[in-house]
Amino acid sequence: MLNQPKVKSLGRSTAKRESVNGYVGEQSAGYRISRILMYLFLVVGAVISLFPFYYMFSAATHVSSEVLALPPNLLPSTALFDNINKLIKDVQFDKAFYNSTLIAVIFTITSVMISSLAGYAFAKFRFKGSGLIFGAFLATLMIPAQVTYVPLFKLMTADGNPFGINLLGNYLAVILPGLASPFGIFLMRQGMRNLPDELLEAARIDGSGEFETFWRIVLPVMRPTLAALAVFTFMSQWNSFFWPLVVQVQTIPTAIGALSGSSIIDYGGIMTGTSLSVLPILVVFLFMQREFISGALAGSVKG
Amino acid sequence: MQRNPAMEQASGERRFGLPRLSRKVAPYVFISPAVILFLLFMVYPIIYSFILSFQKQNEEGDLVWSGLANYQRLLGDSKFFQALGNTVLILIVQVPIQLTLAMLLAVWLNSKFLRFRGFFRAVYFLPAITALAAVSVIFRILFQENQGFVNYILSSIGLAKINWFRDPFWNQVLLLMAITWRWTGYNMVIYLSGLQSIPGDLYEAAAVDGATRSQQFFRLTLPLMRPVILFTTIFSTIGTLQIFDESYLLTQGGPNDATLTVGFYLYRTAFRQANFPYASTIAYGLLILIVILSIIQFRLGEKETQ
Repeated sequence: MLNQPKVKSLGRSTAKRESVNGYVGEQSAGYRISRILMYLFLVVGAVISLFPFYYMFSAATHVSSEVLALPPNLLPSTALFDNINKLIKDVQFDKAFYNSTLIAVIFTITSVMISSLAGYAFAKFRFKGSGLIFGAFLATLMIPAQVTYVPLFKLMTADGNPFGINLLGNYLAVILPGLASPFGIFLMRQGMRNLPDELLEAARIDGSGEFETFWRIVLPVMRPTLAALAVFTFMSQWNSFFWPLVVQVQTIPTAIGALSGSSIIDYGGIMTGTSLSVLPILVVFLFMQREFISGALAGSVKG
Repeated sequence: MQRNPAMEQASGERRFGLPRLSRKVAPYVFISPAVILFLLFMVYPIIYSFILSFQKQNEEGDLVWSGLANYQRLLGDSKFFQALGNTVLILIVQVPIQLTLAMLLAVWLNSKFLRFRGFFRAVYFLPAITALAAVSVIFRILFQENQGFVNYILSSIGLAKINWFRDPFWNQVLLLMAITWRWTGYNMVIYLSGLQSIPGDLYEAAAVDGATRSQQFFRLTLPLMRPVILFTTIFSTIGTLQIFDESYLLTQGGPNDATLTVGFYLYRTAFRQANFPYASTIAYGLLILIVILSIIQFRLGEKETQ
C-alpha cells in the first residue's frame, strides 16, 4: 500500500541526542495532560458518532407529536408497533422492505459471481486482449455515474430498448445496470493473483474441468475476499437511493424519501423507517466488522 | 452414441451439465458475463450520453444535432455555476476538515497504549455503513428549527436558535456537518490501516535520534502516508462532486438553492424537466472537471513525494 519509504534523515544530529533525557522529563507532565485531552476528544467524538443512532431508535418508539416535544424526551416509549403499522398503511413499508431485501440479495449473489469469474480469468489466464479489457474496466472507475444515468434510464423505458419492454418499476431495472462492477473485478483479481499456480495445475492433472476448478477449489480458498466483497456490495445496494428513485422501484430508502417529502411529516414514522433501514446493516456489521472494514479498505489498496 | 457414465465421471466431463472448457476458451467464457453487461450498461451509455450532449429536442420531440450549443449554454448557465460553486465550497472546506480529523483520530487509535481501540474504531466507522437517505432525514429532524434537539441544546445554554433551513449560510454548514459525520470514520479506517503498515522500528530509530512526537509525525508519518492521503483526497473529491442524496433529502437544495449540488441540478434537468440532452452535457461537464481535478491532485501528490 505504501511506496517504499524515502525517509529524510530524521533527528539527524548527535547534538540533539543529548537532549533526550531532558526532553523525557518534560514529556511526562505534558504527556499526561495530552493523554487526558485525547481521551476526552475521543469520547466526545464517540458520543457525536453514536447519538444520532440512539436518537433515531428512541424516536422510533414515540408517536409523531412526541418526537419533537420540548423538552426532548430521549427515553424510549411504546409506540414502535403503532409506527410500523402506520408505515405499512401509509407507504406500504412491508413491500419496500421486501423489495429492498430481494434486490440486495439477488444483486449481491449475481454481482459477486460475475466479479469472481472475471477476476479469476484476469488473474490466472493469459489470453489475447486481457490487458486491454481489464484496462477498460479500470478506466470506468474514474467516470462519474452521472454520465450513464440518462441513457440507462432510456434503456429502461419501452421506447428506449430494442425489445419494447418497459422496465420502470421492475426489479431488473435496479439490478441490471450495476452488476458488472469494475471495483469487484479489480478486488477479486488482486486476491486471486496470490493463488499458487501449483494448486490449479494439480486440479487440472486430476482431470478437473476449468469451471469445476474455479467452483471447487478457487472459490472456497477465496472465501474471505468473497465475504468482504459480498458485504460491501450488499450494503451499497441496500443503501442506494438515487437509482431506485429514478427507475421508480419502491425500496426502503425511497420510502423514507417519500415520507420526508410529504406535506404532513410523520416524524415517528420516519424514524421507525430509518431504524428499519439501519438495523439490518448494523447487525451484519456487529458480526462481520472485519469484512466491512476490509471492504472499505479494498478501494484504497493499489497495485 | 452410448456413453459410459463412469468414464464421464472419471474424466470430470459434463459434471455440471456444461461442455468441458478447454484452457484456451475458459477465460473468454469467464469474462463474458462481465463484458456483455459492461458493454450494455457502461460503454453504451457513456457513448450515447456523449452523442446526446451535442443534440437537442425539436418541437416534434425528435432529437436533432445542435453542435456545441449545449456546451455554450452550460458555460453561460448561472444555475450550473451556482451548483458548482456550492459543490466546490464543500470540496474546499469540508474535505480538508474531514481528512485532518480522520488523520488525527487514526494516529490516536494507532497508539498501542490506547484502551478500547476496537470499540472506538467500530463506533467511528458506524456512520459509514448508514444509508445517506437515513442520515439525511435523521439530521433533518435533529436540526429542526423550532423544536429540534440541536436548537433546544443551543437555546438551553443561552445561545440563539439557528435557522438551519432558511439561512443559506447555516444551511451549508448543516450539509457540511452531515457529510463530515458520515465520512470521517471511513477515511480514518483507511489511514489507520496505512499507519499500521509503517514498521515500528522506524519510530524507534527516530526516537533514539531524538525526534519529538510532532517531528515524528511530520517527518516520518506524513511522508510515508502520502500515497494513502492522495488516494483519500481523490476519492473524496470525486465523491463530493457527485453528492446527491444529502442535497435532495436533507436540505432539498436549500434556500435560494444555497445547497444545490451539481448532482441534484443534473437530476432536476434530466428527470423533472426531461431535458435529456442538456443533462448529458452537464454530466460531461462534471466528467471533465473530475478528470482535471484528479490530474492536478495526482501531479501535486507525485511532486511532493519526490
